[in-house]
Amino acid sequence: MGKVHMKVYRGNSEGGELKDYNVDVEEGMVVLDVIHKIQATQSSDLACRWNCKAGKCGSCSAEVNGKPRLMCMTRMNTFQEGETVTVAPMKTFPLLKDLATDVSYNYEVNKKIPPFTPKEGADWHWEQEDVDRVQEFRKCIECFLCQDTCHVLRDHDKMGKFAGPRFFVRIASLEMHPIDGEDRVPLLKGEHGLGYCNITKCCTEVCPEDIHITDNAIIPLKERVVDRYYDPLRILWSKITGK
Amino acid sequence: MSDNYQSFDYDVLVIGAGGAGLRAAIEASAAGCKTGLVCKSLLGKAHTVMAEGGIAAALATVDSRDSWQQHFCDGMIGGNLGNHWRMVQIHAQQAPDRVRELEKWGAVFDRTSDGKGNINVRHFGGHTYKRLAHVGDRTGLELIRTLQDKGVHSGIDVHMECTIYSLIKDGEKIAGAFGYFRESGRPVLFRAKSVIVSTGGIGKIYFVNSNSWECTGDGFALGYLAGAELADMEYIQFHPTGMCWPPSVRGILITEGVRGEGGVLKNNKGERFMFKYIPPKYQGKYADTEEEANAWFQKVVVEGQKEEGVKERKPPELMSRDVVARALWTEIKEGRGGEHGGVYLDIASRRTPEDIKKKLPSMYHQFKQLADVDITKVPMEIAPTCHYMMGGLKVDPETQMSNVPGLFAAGECSAGMHGSNRLGGNSLSDLVVFGKLAGENAAAYAKKQKDLPKVNEGQLSALNKEMNKPFENGQGEVSYKILADLQQVMEKGAGMYREEGLLDQCLKDLEGLKARLEKVSAEGNRMFNPGWHVALDLRNMLVVAEAVARAAKERKESRGGHTRTDFTGYSKEFAKKRILIRDKGGKMEVVREDLPQIPAELEKELVDAHLLKPEILKQLRGEA
Ligand SMILES: Cc1cc2nc3c(=O)[nH]c(=O)nc-3n(C[C@H](O)[C@H](O)[C@H](O)COP(=O)(O)OP(=O)(O)OC[C@H]3O[C@@H](n4cnc5c(N)ncnc54)[C@H](O)[C@@H]3O)c2cc1C
Ligand code: SF4
Ligand code: SF4
Ligand code: FES
Repeated sequence: MGKVHMKVYRGNSEGGELKDYNVDVEEGMVVLDVIHKIQATQSSDLACRWNCKAGKCGSCSAEVNGKPRLMCMTRMNTFQEGETVTVAPMKTFPLLKDLATDVSYNYEVNKKIPPFTPKEGADWHWEQEDVDRVQEFRKCIECFLCQDTCHVLRDHDKMGKFAGPRFFVRIASLEMHPIDGEDRVPLLKGEHGLGYCNITKCCTEVCPEDIHITDNAIIPLKERVVDRYYDPLRILWSKITGK
Repeated sequence: MSDNYQSFDYDVLVIGAGGAGLRAAIEASAAGCKTGLVCKSLLGKAHTVMAEGGIAAALATVDSRDSWQQHFCDGMIGGNLGNHWRMVQIHAQQAPDRVRELEKWGAVFDRTSDGKGNINVRHFGGHTYKRLAHVGDRTGLELIRTLQDKGVHSGIDVHMECTIYSLIKDGEKIAGAFGYFRESGRPVLFRAKSVIVSTGGIGKIYFVNSNSWECTGDGFALGYLAGAELADMEYIQFHPTGMCWPPSVRGILITEGVRGEGGVLKNNKGERFMFKYIPPKYQGKYADTEEEANAWFQKVVVEGQKEEGVKERKPPELMSRDVVARALWTEIKEGRGGEHGGVYLDIASRRTPEDIKKKLPSMYHQFKQLADVDITKVPMEIAPTCHYMMGGLKVDPETQMSNVPGLFAAGECSAGMHGSNRLGGNSLSDLVVFGKLAGENAAAYAKKQKDLPKVNEGQLSALNKEMNKPFENGQGEVSYKILADLQQVMEKGAGMYREEGLLDQCLKDLEGLKARLEKVSAEGNRMFNPGWHVALDLRNMLVVAEAVARAAKERKESRGGHTRTDFTGYSKEFAKKRILIRDKGGKMEVVREDLPQIPAELEKELVDAHLLKPEILKQLRGEA
């Protein structure tokens, strides 16, 4: 492929800028390879996260030419000949250094989700089709690209009020587990702020695991909230029964 | 310097948050110990996340003939009797409970299709029966996420992106660990009554490898430098099926599941060559003609018949990894390799595109995205890749404690379980079985200690100074150059095939690299600085590399993952020995030690049950 012109963000919480690098690119390289090459030959202190280089760990998230992507799964030959390739950190999260951001918010939200709680005396046998949907959600590699994309977090700064698509996927995986007995619907409506989501589907578009975040997780969860809190019959029923 | 570093006190400190570390921390915390967990990456990103094919346990949900005894025999034969038999036994007996426990904690395994709704299991190399519980081809992700979610609700303190640089001792006993936060570069001390090392593998010392960046052998070196003994360091698994083209993906793993689902190996003439390479230990167990192998495939894989009623034997592509990797190497060396120096793995002509996408989704993805290859249409080109370290810290099988009081090890960085060759799926089960044991015993040990051990301030300042050295070395070499050279030195000198002369050269080259590392320099400052991190990791990698080369030189025979071109075949002398490496006055000492043998009673029981064959035992013991 020859020489490629790269612009890579360099900086920390105090500020920074895109820096120019010219890199020799060989056949088959992905963006992460180019970043590694810059580290090895030009700037050994360029910070970025990665682990697997195979799209399995969700560490190498960044914005490549403005699009939220896994660097290890973005081939260099998907860019035009002569095109400048810009690599910047995820914008939604506070910057630590260069391409590494502070994603601790996600770990805090996760802690607040009540864990898997099997029903008493549950039958531990079930069919594949009973768990196909749950397994779709459990494919999540926690790349947080959906969190990065979602405008509720990105533009409206609702951290602390809105869990974000990744965690709706997580909650859905628990709520739809055949024998889970915990009830997370009140949390969804309250603390996790599911109501802020206006189903733009941007999260689904960037998910590298092709999880149908909106259609399969968020919408069914919203239905559960509506059924619980806004269905007049249900409200009447719960007033009568006290449940 | 006490105000310059942070300090935390624990009963039990766990270093490493892969499957083994997480399981250990959960157990220690459940035992009522104040538990800290440290890892180099973010939580949930450890190398375990990459595991694909499954977790081995004799659940017998698909083949009722399976038993812990059979799992035990498969492990011992797979390891060519180089294993510590007791670890293999504990593992085989406890793995089913550990898998069911994962399910109780929320793991969602694939189910059987017989209407009974059990955990489904699949075939993998060297396992007599279907035995690997799995979740498509992302079992490691399921394991780590399950343990992670269990862990964060267990009251464990997690310190992410924190690297341990040195273990700390109080006299003979372990006292804690010292390291730095990757983000800030700030030093940190963890004082602890007991420490569990579960830092994973060593793959990064080779150029072609399937491992994550974290696999720099830290635990091996931390233990060694603190006086712990290493065992079996010559036993490295080269996995037969790594990607080999384009260059940037070289070494990335292709799961054995491809062969489990019917994939076959072919050379450049289109021959299915594995029939030529069935070693005596597997004769009679695998199909020796293509017709037989195809009939088995049709009945068992395509039609899903119960294997118990099928008279044909499994295809030889499903033999253990050491055997398959050597066969591949021979084909390539003798000129029957493919365009890019590999051989072919063909699933396209065996299964429908729909089946392939359903059964092997991430393989389909991986090739499509990284190599522009559609595996439902054409064969994959593959070559061996450094994958797994069988050797590691020598531990007591019952407690997982090393020879350093209070220092425990579990997972890939401990030795004994897999002998000279690990069977696929036996690692994930190893992590949860021995992770639990390590957690339990480290907790018990901690409870016996009255006070927190003492730490010598002077030692900490010295360590911090040592860590800072790359910034003070002036205009030296960058760490990445030394790393690249190390990887080449190991490929050439102590790779898949070894020889006295090459090993000597390798050891010499390593001395040269050590001298260069003394002068390595890092630019910038201590904040999130990968060049500096690599410089510090290199100390560990060089310790491991030297241990590998020395142990490989000592074992003058070929066994499993250790192949000597100058000493082919099993030797009687070495069959019952294990090679230890330990520190003696700053130099590596190589020691041969007796390897504990299967007790006569157990051996007789297994022979009488036709699970072990005396002639195979003889052969592996170099007596035939
Ligand atoms: C592609 C691939 C597929 C595989 N598939 C399978 C499979 O299907 N079945 C199977 O059984 N096995 C499989 N394996 C093997 C298996 O995944 C590994 O052997 C296993 O996950 C190792 O787990 P661990 O807990 O020992 O260590 P790891 O998961 O490697 O974790 C090590 C931990 O230690 C931490 N650490 C390391 N050094 C330090 C330090 N200095 N300071 C602080 N923390 C440190 C790391 O950050 C990490 O958290 C596969 C391996 C690969 C590469
Ligand atoms: S669908 Fe909802 S969660 Fe997803 S990006 Fe849009 S607003 Fe955010
Ligand atoms: S749901 Fe998809 S995009 Fe979001 S964190 Fe998980 S894998 Fe990433
Ligand atoms: S490095 Fe693991 S997803 Fe990119």
